[in-house]
Amino acid sequence: MMEDTTRGTNYLNAEYGVKSWLLTTDHKRIAMLYLISVTAMATLGGLFALFVRLELLTPAGDLFQSDTYNKLFTMHGILMVFFFLIPSVPAVLGNFLVPMMVGARDLAFPRINLLSWYLYVIGAAFVLFALFTGGVDTGWTFYTPYSTSYANTNVIPAALGIFVAGFSSILTGLNFIVTIHRMRAPGLTWFRLPLFIWAHYATSVIQILGTPVIAITILLVAAERSLHLGIFDPKLGGDPVLFQHLFWFYSHPAVYIMILPSMGVTSEIITCFSRKSIFGYSFVAASSMAIAVLGFIVWGHHLFVSGQSVYAAFVFSILSFLVAIPSAVKVFNWTATLYKGSISLDAPMLYALGFIGLFTIGGLTGLFLSTLGTDVHVHDTYFVVAHFHYIMVGGAIMGYLGGLHFWWPKMTGRMYAETPAKVSALIVFIGFNLTFFPQFIVGYLGMPRRYHFYPDEFQVLNVMSTAGASILGIGYLLPFFYFFWSLRHGALAPANPWKAAGLEWKTPSPPPTFNFDQTPIVREEAYAYPLREAEVV
Amino acid sequence: MSTKLGLFPEAASTIAGRVDALYLFLVAVSLFFGVLIAILIIVFAVKYRRRSESEAPEQIHGSLLLELAWSVIPLGIAMVIFVWGATIFATIKRPPDNALQVNVVGKQWMWKLQHMEGKREINELHVPVGRPVKLTLTSEDVIHSFYVPAFRIKQDAVPGRYTTAWFEATKIGTYHLFCAEYCGTEHSRMIGRVVVMEPADYQAWLATKGEPVPMGVAAAAAAAAPAGAAAAGGGEQTLVAAGQKLFVKLGCQACHSGQPGGLGPALAGVFGHEVKLADGSTVLGDENYMRESIINSQAKIVAGYAPVMPTFKGQVDEEQLLQLIAYIKSLAAPQTAAAGGQVP
Repeated sequence: MMEDTTRGTNYLNAEYGVKSWLLTTDHKRIAMLYLISVTAMATLGGLFALFVRLELLTPAGDLFQSDTYNKLFTMHGILMVFFFLIPSVPAVLGNFLVPMMVGARDLAFPRINLLSWYLYVIGAAFVLFALFTGGVDTGWTFYTPYSTSYANTNVIPAALGIFVAGFSSILTGLNFIVTIHRMRAPGLTWFRLPLFIWAHYATSVIQILGTPVIAITILLVAAERSLHLGIFDPKLGGDPVLFQHLFWFYSHPAVYIMILPSMGVTSEIITCFSRKSIFGYSFVAASSMAIAVLGFIVWGHHLFVSGQSVYAAFVFSILSFLVAIPSAVKVFNWTATLYKGSISLDAPMLYALGFIGLFTIGGLTGLFLSTLGTDVHVHDTYFVVAHFHYIMVGGAIMGYLGGLHFWWPKMTGRMYAETPAKVSALIVFIGFNLTFFPQFIVGYLGMPRRYHFYPDEFQVLNVMSTAGASILGIGYLLPFFYFFWSLRHGALAPANPWKAAGLEWKTPSPPPTFNFDQTPIVREEAYAYPLREAEVV
Repeated sequence: MSTKLGLFPEAASTIAGRVDALYLFLVAVSLFFGVLIAILIIVFAVKYRRRSESEAPEQIHGSLLLELAWSVIPLGIAMVIFVWGATIFATIKRPPDNALQVNVVGKQWMWKLQHMEGKREINELHVPVGRPVKLTLTSEDVIHSFYVPAFRIKQDAVPGRYTTAWFEATKIGTYHLFCAEYCGTEHSRMIGRVVVMEPADYQAWLATKGEPVPMGVAAAAAAAAPAGAAAAGGGEQTLVAAGQKLFVKLGCQACHSGQPGGLGPALAGVFGHEVKLADGSTVLGDENYMRESIINSQAKIVAGYAPVMPTFKGQVDEEQLLQLIAYIKSLAAPQTAAAGGQVP
């Protein structure tokens, strides 16, 4: 720990003033802009979740009107999926780390990177406009013909917001792919790349290939609503199930946009805090690509009871099972990495292990949904709600928070307080399970999702769920406090506080504007643990 | 607050036990892998905890054998589950030939049902125990989903087309009926019940007179609906009789008389058989084909006929369409009637 504590010029103090932030092309500053914006959207989305859970304390629907309740879960979904989960890891951590991990001074297209953020903000502005002028009540899934012909809420501004934000996602993916292909440091071959990079590469492929489909689909919804084109509404000559095919063609892979980057984070943390090379590097890397590819051919499992043909259902069912294999491969390899390691349970590691636990439950319960015989019963019930929260919230947010803790010293140059961070990791894990595990049971008992009123016999489980949610909420709030506290009072971070491998740790914390004083040269595989003495700065 | 805390809903159909068995198998598989991973993580985290800062663990880079094992074994288990689930699904999707027919029309926010004998219901479905019941579903507006947890069946009711579902109740009782596809403001009140009765009680119930009295939300929706819709069907006529009446009223028989030289093709025996079209292709004469030919009459022209039929869109509502189709199906020659069971 010989890091000089008097800071030189770095990306945070290189320039001052609002303009220097709003017009920056530095990927690290853009990552910070994203951090602030996605946190704001997540807070709002979380507030709506809180209202939903409060309403569901009693079966009687006594807190809100049905219309209000429907808007609450819709806005919760739209904000969380499109404006928090999809950008969270890639746009914040990926933006900050992809150039640093490949040894580049910035992303390939720094100005396009800034454009991505502005598109995100414009998209978010549309959605917030929709929200504050009355809200949307279609569910985040916008199923037709309800969304096109029957809902009398602000569908069009919300749809346009998602359309615009989609381009933000596409451009970020494009930037990552070009950067990873063209800007790797000398000696950094494909199979020496950190798995975080492989995960982001796979994610970017999905973003580029999938997002245009949702963009055009949601635009068609807006067009049918305003111009009465007959695309989805059968009364106008359209096909409502066509919408579901188009929507899930993107929105199923979108789940992998949310989870793959967190898997990448997990690979970094697990190796660092067990001081081990990853077990089965090429299998973990290849499984990211396998998930990205397979993710595109399983969308039909959302339509098992929509009236699609029996044979289509068979095909989509068996393909969905195939996605389980690369997911299982990852979990087994992470676990095997721990074997004979030197394991230290710091906060990032607790989050990463929590990720494995919640993702495993989420993945296994996915089997119930790809299985035709059981999906018919649990489709559109709370079982599905529980399952996708285990993946998208349990998995993705555990990874995001783990990564945020892990790289917080690098991003801010300050250490957060370790004890409250460990406590919050524990609270999140426990609160999460208390919130969502009862929902598997209430789902199998038959409680449909998006129900404002529900039969009395489901109340016990809903009370448990709401109680868990209040614990979970505390777990999510705690980091706000100790992260803010650390900005002023945290110990100054050395370049490599965790003794981690990876190029991002070989430059000061916080890094200089152009990341490296001289282009690093890579002479070894990823995760070359334990570090040689000379590398432990 | 009810304090019952079961893990399974009531199982009241022939399929329910099979679904629960597969569910339990999945729970067992999940428990096995979930507990395995949890134990390994906890054991490793404790056993290999960092004891000194200078620890330099031995590096293990992987094992092809292990990679193969934990790819192939889960794949094998997954395929077993797939086949098991597909088998149950195949049963769920194939109604038996001897099933009672009930038509279901969803609308915001009520279920309207009609039995072949003409008996109508709203948000309630009476069925006999031990007899397969086939539902033909559609919607007047948005997508709804007919869900009876105790039977483990669910089927979307999609506007503009027919979907089917079937079940055979095994236990007398009253069970939840939910709308499972979000359909707007009162989605969570688009609920009702399925009443499973002794066959004799069911027959007696069928014979009772009177239109259903909608309650709660459904009452408001029914009041808002055009009054003609309910009256035109004639609640106490059988579906076929009501359909025949409509057939005459709408003037269908002028062209579809079945006599040689008619402007339109004869309809007897069309149901369940291939129909040759003017463009050389063929189509199965099922409910969806009939529906399309009435509503969108120019979509598929039967070989040998001119495209002269006007559309009846807007002149018949969903319930009347189902009555017309019931009548047309009844025109099928007796020896071919069984083919109806094969319509997907």
